[in-house]
Amino acid sequence: MGLAFFVVLVLITAVSVYIFGAHIWWPPHAISTIGPSVDHQFNLTLILTGIIFVCAQLGLGYFAWKYRDRKDGRKVIYSHGNNKLEAGWTIAAAVVFIGLNLIGFQIWAKMYFTPAPPDALQIQVQGQQFAYYFRYPGPDGKFGPTHVEKVDDATGNFFGLDRDHDQDSKDDIVTATLGVPVNRPVELILRSKDVGHSFFVRELRIHQDLVPGIEIPIHFTATETGRFEIVCTQLCGLGHYKMRAFLQVMTEEDYQKWLQSQMAAQ
Amino acid sequence: MPEAHAETAHQHHAPTKFIWKYIFSLDHKVIGKQYYFLALFSVVVGMILSWLMRIHLVWPNAKLYGLDLLSPAGAPGGVMTPEYYLSLMTLHGTIMIFFVLTTAPQSGFGNYFLPIQIGAEDMAFPRLNMLSFWTTFVALMVLLSTFFVTDGPPISGWTGYPPLSAVGSSAGPGEGLGQTLWVISIAIFCIGSLLGALNFIATTLDLRTKGMKLMRLPLTCWAWFVTAVLGLLSFAVLFGACALLLLDRVGGTSFFIPGGLIVSDKIMPHSGGSPLLYQHLFWFFGHPEVYIAILPGMGVTSHIISCFARKPIFGYRAMAYSLMAIGFLSFTVWGHHMFLSGMSPYSAFSFSLFTMAIGVPSAIKTFNWLGTLWGGKIRFTSAMLFSIGFVSLFVTGGLSGIFLAQPQLDPMLHATYFVVAHFHMVMGVAAIFGMFAGTYFWFPKMFGRMMNETWGKVHFWTTFIGVYCVFMPMHFIGVEGAIRRYSTWTDNYLIPMIPVHEFMTIAALFTGAVQFIFLINVFWSMFKGEKATDNPWKGTSLEWTVPSPPPFDNFAGKHPVVYHGPYEYGVPGKDKDYVMQDSPEKIEDDE
Repeated sequence: MGLAFFVVLVLITAVSVYIFGAHIWWPPHAISTIGPSVDHQFNLTLILTGIIFVCAQLGLGYFAWKYRDRKDGRKVIYSHGNNKLEAGWTIAAAVVFIGLNLIGFQIWAKMYFTPAPPDALQIQVQGQQFAYYFRYPGPDGKFGPTHVEKVDDATGNFFGLDRDHDQDSKDDIVTATLGVPVNRPVELILRSKDVGHSFFVRELRIHQDLVPGIEIPIHFTATETGRFEIVCTQLCGLGHYKMRAFLQVMTEEDYQKWLQSQMAAQ
Repeated sequence: MPEAHAETAHQHHAPTKFIWKYIFSLDHKVIGKQYYFLALFSVVVGMILSWLMRIHLVWPNAKLYGLDLLSPAGAPGGVMTPEYYLSLMTLHGTIMIFFVLTTAPQSGFGNYFLPIQIGAEDMAFPRLNMLSFWTTFVALMVLLSTFFVTDGPPISGWTGYPPLSAVGSSAGPGEGLGQTLWVISIAIFCIGSLLGALNFIATTLDLRTKGMKLMRLPLTCWAWFVTAVLGLLSFAVLFGACALLLLDRVGGTSFFIPGGLIVSDKIMPHSGGSPLLYQHLFWFFGHPEVYIAILPGMGVTSHIISCFARKPIFGYRAMAYSLMAIGFLSFTVWGHHMFLSGMSPYSAFSFSLFTMAIGVPSAIKTFNWLGTLWGGKIRFTSAMLFSIGFVSLFVTGGLSGIFLAQPQLDPMLHATYFVVAHFHMVMGVAAIFGMFAGTYFWFPKMFGRMMNETWGKVHFWTTFIGVYCVFMPMHFIGVEGAIRRYSTWTDNYLIPMIPVHEFMTIAALFTGAVQFIFLINVFWSMFKGEKATDNPWKGTSLEWTVPSPPPFDNFAGKHPVVYHGPYEYGVPGKDKDYVMQDSPEKIEDDE
């Protein structure tokens, strides 16, 4: 039975290590300036936990095998423990776990403590059951105020703009796709119309909840053009699974063209 | 305790009428069994729900005959709707976490064995004990009643985040009466758990028999005691959160609902509340709850590994102190559920540091389990197999926590199947392995008969390999970005992962099916199993000094006296390879 334990644990360990190591399922290639550092921290954590995983599982399996009762009259090692060992592995675990976190914390700081650069392109993101809408400030660079009572999905007024009376709202552009230029800092201001939602783009390594009642800023710079899925990860109701939109990262030139066409469609 | 009081306590006799003996019993052993069977019933329901979910995930058009009778709206013609998937998911989580993981290891085994292991004849407050069980029973009935209300069970998950859970039926099916009943059920459950926690704490502190110093308590008792403290401090907060959520739903208040919300084209009549407040309250409970589920499993595992390695537990004090450290730290880490919630990003620093810190006592425990096996003479009983399995699962589930504790990795992993894999491994399956281990170990004491060991081993190997097949792949696709709580996959990148889901579904159906081996073993052995002796495993703690099953007042009116720690196995120079706790013989390095 001890040998069976050893064999099964070896198999589980080998298969797990192989699948992680061979990248059979793996995050997509990162396309943001922050992405590579997140990936680096992930890999570091994977290697470290991988080593602990292999040692612990194989150690467990080996002990189960080696110390099985062979009915040979062998005496057990009568020991109540060893304080030096206890202190040793306590300190080792503390250094490894806490050190790992401290190394990686500067990535979090870059994501959230550092504000977006002043020249960042600002875009509002609104989540609602079960779609995203994006608002650009237009040529004046200002977002017009929103009015709850003006919100009307049937006429496409998702944000509740009063284009007739509010000067700043007149040129606001509302879209269903998030178009951004490549290599330019973008600041998203996330809000929700009804319940909690989330904004997740795997390739950006950017992920943030949308919380009713507050506006949450996040920022990123995309480094590659392409079309990427934005998905909701906060349970928001019966259509949660199909709540999504697309992020279109374009060259500056294409972005300007795209914005013009969106403006014309308002 | 005054002498006179103690004397009167001796005089109560076993009730003879069925209703007082088995239904409204004051005997901790009967109440322990009641909790155990309530959890056993709940785990079967919860497991069937998970089967239905797994089936819907990979065969969304499958016709499940009979499901339309349970819910004509949720499964018209037997085909589940996406929202019914969410209902089942909500109840799967709620039932498993509250009525299985909180109930069996603590209230079930704890009730039965805490008084016996400390040499007491009952819990400190038997009437309160009965009340806690029946309160929990009512909570379960209220929760199950959501299956039968028009809209069906709520769809907001076991976490029940507002505003989805607070604004009423306009937010979706199940968010009407079903959600209200859910909140009421959890609030009632909190009351039952609070009463139970008080009882456990008072019993451990006050009713220890002569010589049962704190540092001679079996580690199971330490685990139950720390768990009770966690329960007392955390369920009180959850009760508050539930009360406020209920008021938001039915009382027109706005604790958790901000102004200006438009749900289903209606402006909500609320203003000034904060959804984040609920999340803080919920997780202030929710994270200690994880340890409420797993600590008793750690206690049982320590107890059993020492017994079947025939060695003293390695580092008894380290084991007891690490339980306390985990208990204390568990109140400082709740924010790691909320790194991306919109709370202040600065607080992530302390929450993640404390979360990493809680890995330290967890690592100490793992090292000590390995240290106990080292140089032992391991007997592979079913209980021992499940205990070693517990260690393996705890390591696997714990290590994924090292990823999730880091806020900088949350943008990759938050709300993916990586998280589902993590908590199922560590608080779900590992804790359930603790319960299986406890069942195989203590069944002879509880029912006076042995369980079938051969079928126990078949049960172990199929379950152990099965759960790795169900939950290990969740890590893989989680890393790639598979999102949890989706009833089906329409996002382009999620579609190629469907074969993995098929594999997991088949593994889950198989692993679930082999649990019936266990169920049959339990019920068959209860009546037909081989008669158990008083001490079939050659254990040392006090439960093995009394008959199997123990008499009504456990020690037949006598007070045992304790001379040793609970893990004196393999003592050199003794005829037997163990020394019972109540044996007056001398041991060289006795504390």
